[in-house]
Amino acid sequence: MAPDPFYVRRLKPETDDTFTLALQPADGPSKFNFEPGQFNMVYVFGVGEIPISISGDPGDSKLLFHTTREVGLVTRAMRQLKPNDLVGLRGPFGTFWPVEDAEGKDVVIVAGGIGLAPLRPALYRILSRRDRYGRVVLLYGTRTPADILYRHELEQWRSRFDLEVYATVDRAMSGWRGNVGVVTTLIPRAPFDPRNTVAYVCGPEVMMRFTTQELQKRGVNKDAIFISMERNMKCAVGFCGRCQFGPTFVCKDGPVFRFDKVEDWLMKWEI
Amino acid sequence: MSMPMFSLTECFILSQKSFPRLFEVLQAKGYQVIGPTVRDGAVVYEQLSSVDELPCGWQDDQGGGTYRLKRRADNALFGYGVGPHSWKKLLHLPAYCLWSAQTENGKLQIAPGDGPAPKLAFLGVRSCELHALAIQDKVFLRGKYVDPAYRQRRENALIVAVNCAQPSGTCFCVSMNTGPKASFSFDLALTEVIESGQHFFLVETGSPQGAELLGQITEQKATQKDKDAAARVVANAAAHMGRTMESAGIKDLLYRNYDHPRWEDVAARCLSCANCTMVCPTCFCTTVEDATDLAGKQASRWRKWDSCFTMDFSFIHGSSVRASTKSRYRQWMTHKLATWFDQFGTSGCVGCGRCISWCPVGIDITEEARVIRQNDGITLTKEQVHENQKP
Amino acid sequence: MKTKSLEELIAEAAFFKDLDPSYRQMLAGCGTNVVYKPGEFIFREGDESRQFYLIRTGSVALEINLPGKGAMIIQTLNEGEVLGWSCLIPPYRKHFDGRSVKQTRAIAFDGACIGKKCEEDAKLGYEFFRRFAGIMAQRLSATRLQLLDVYAKP
Repeated sequence: MAPDPFYVRRLKPETDDTFTLALQPADGPSKFNFEPGQFNMVYVFGVGEIPISISGDPGDSKLLFHTTREVGLVTRAMRQLKPNDLVGLRGPFGTFWPVEDAEGKDVVIVAGGIGLAPLRPALYRILSRRDRYGRVVLLYGTRTPADILYRHELEQWRSRFDLEVYATVDRAMSGWRGNVGVVTTLIPRAPFDPRNTVAYVCGPEVMMRFTTQELQKRGVNKDAIFISMERNMKCAVGFCGRCQFGPTFVCKDGPVFRFDKVEDWLMKWEI
Repeated sequence: MSMPMFSLTECFILSQKSFPRLFEVLQAKGYQVIGPTVRDGAVVYEQLSSVDELPCGWQDDQGGGTYRLKRRADNALFGYGVGPHSWKKLLHLPAYCLWSAQTENGKLQIAPGDGPAPKLAFLGVRSCELHALAIQDKVFLRGKYVDPAYRQRRENALIVAVNCAQPSGTCFCVSMNTGPKASFSFDLALTEVIESGQHFFLVETGSPQGAELLGQITEQKATQKDKDAAARVVANAAAHMGRTMESAGIKDLLYRNYDHPRWEDVAARCLSCANCTMVCPTCFCTTVEDATDLAGKQASRWRKWDSCFTMDFSFIHGSSVRASTKSRYRQWMTHKLATWFDQFGTSGCVGCGRCISWCPVGIDITEEARVIRQNDGITLTKEQVHENQKP
Repeated sequence: MKTKSLEELIAEAAFFKDLDPSYRQMLAGCGTNVVYKPGEFIFREGDESRQFYLIRTGSVALEINLPGKGAMIIQTLNEGEVLGWSCLIPPYRKHFDGRSVKQTRAIAFDGACIGKKCEEDAKLGYEFFRRFAGIMAQRLSATRLQLLDVYAKP
């Protein structure tokens, strides 16, 4: 239950209020294996420990990336970290995007805001075995153009012939040449075959509710849609009870859930 | 209701006079004896040094929001119903250091906080409490992850159960199939018999360890008459439950009544004080606190009991998921009686009645369940729900 | 390459999917092909609204000028989408600026012409406004989600 020490190797600001932390084990095996969509508990000495999804490439186990938003005590302290500082880390925890099961199918990844972070490892994994999948589409929505994560990488991805990337923002000033409108508006015209598609969705809960509806309207089955939930979490191992979401514990039964398994709970209030 | 049977294992007799020998033998084996004693007007579980500290001649009056001790007409040592304490405080500690960390010369060292677990003998564990222990075992020992601190303490614990003779006014173990007779998971199980001028304990053994201990205290085998007397004690307890709850189908009942108007009703009474969760023998939720020394070189992380009734409990991204009292009470009660089944394959309620007695406004889980069952399927209109959500 | 007739283009558009061919012919009679350069205004806020557009290629930004801040994009519309329904609903005024983001090809339909045909033929009117209602409902729902500002700082 005690964390292992990890070195901070880099701290890269992504947007105004988000950053990516690159970590490396301080001792023990230098490799760190995880599945796309899993998270770690990251401990800042004396300040606290929080869950952060792993945002790096599962195929590259040398550096461990976490992208997070500066919203609380721990993330504020985290942003002050410098290379060679040490943090504690426990993990990886939780369920993952079942990318192996999606082989032979089209994959639609719908991300909202920082929700792109836990989806990026899925995309890396899929791109590393690109020939096993049909069309691969990333639909990404943020608040403004300045809030777009991994911008450089998105531009690189967009130039690939085997990956469709569509970004949209909720608001922009004139001069923005990209799309304006919520991410759900991208779904009706995205190129995929709804009957042979697996969809991964991560973003604010309301965004996921609208997105899952829109995907279903397009013809994607509920059991082909996966979402990643978020709840208050202290232990990550099902003991603290805080991440309960109906009959599930988000830390060990999630964070990635098949949509039809949690749909009823998602539509109820204050669960 | 059939008479409880005492014939499956061999039973022994421990006289009232030789009862203190139990203490001596346990202590000689290196156990700290934890058992019931009277403190601050309630029967609580504390470390005991002798039999004199047991709540001899005490019993209790319990009801919704009520707990009072009163004298008994006899000298029963275990003639009380469960009080505010439960055994979880000794296994799932109210405050526990998860780890301590220190930084020195750019090094970060993190050491697990769990020290050696003491050898504890729990004396006076009720049947409902055995079930509660088994339920917490599922939480901490039988899942994907194991809590090492809990495991160590649990493995070290010796359990001397005592069958209930005097259920309280808020007891409903019979409804929950958790008592009153201890049926599993004990080393020794006692039934205190006081009748026809006799005062003795009928003792069952539940483990080789228990049998070995008992062998050092008594070799007097129980007669059929003794067993019948003990059976009458338990049957009498079973017949005097203060509360009942229809537990059949309760999971589905609650699952289909998330929008029942009763949740509003109970929310209007509930103070969100968290008493029910603190006294509950199965509630296990915790928070964590970080502490640092003034020099900033030493830090520790503490796990502390917490409650789903606090606003902080579900706090995320600047607000609480369960902002209303209604949703928090609903979370607690449906966790106990519904979602627990899906999580751990068992009810989270053992019918001990503590949450009823220790609720300052006397909210009664059995009554809430009854009202929802009587009005199964009633839902508010969308407009009513909307109206209720307004601050 | 043979240039497609308006009727063929209408037949391909999702908005007119499953519409009776005779109606398509009628609608084609109310439409003209239009092209806008990047940055060109298609219409301005307050203009009399005479036409609605079916975007064939390119994209159009609906903008509104915020004093002191400049023009803000409310929404962009893309290939296959329809904009400018204010030409069918009183008081027939454009509520936003419509500006071509990229080179945009569209079919412009004359609102008065279509309105008249819908008046004369209730079945066409129903088909037409049913489609419009569907799109409006979708846009309203999207706008509501946009209003929620779900990615805002907590």
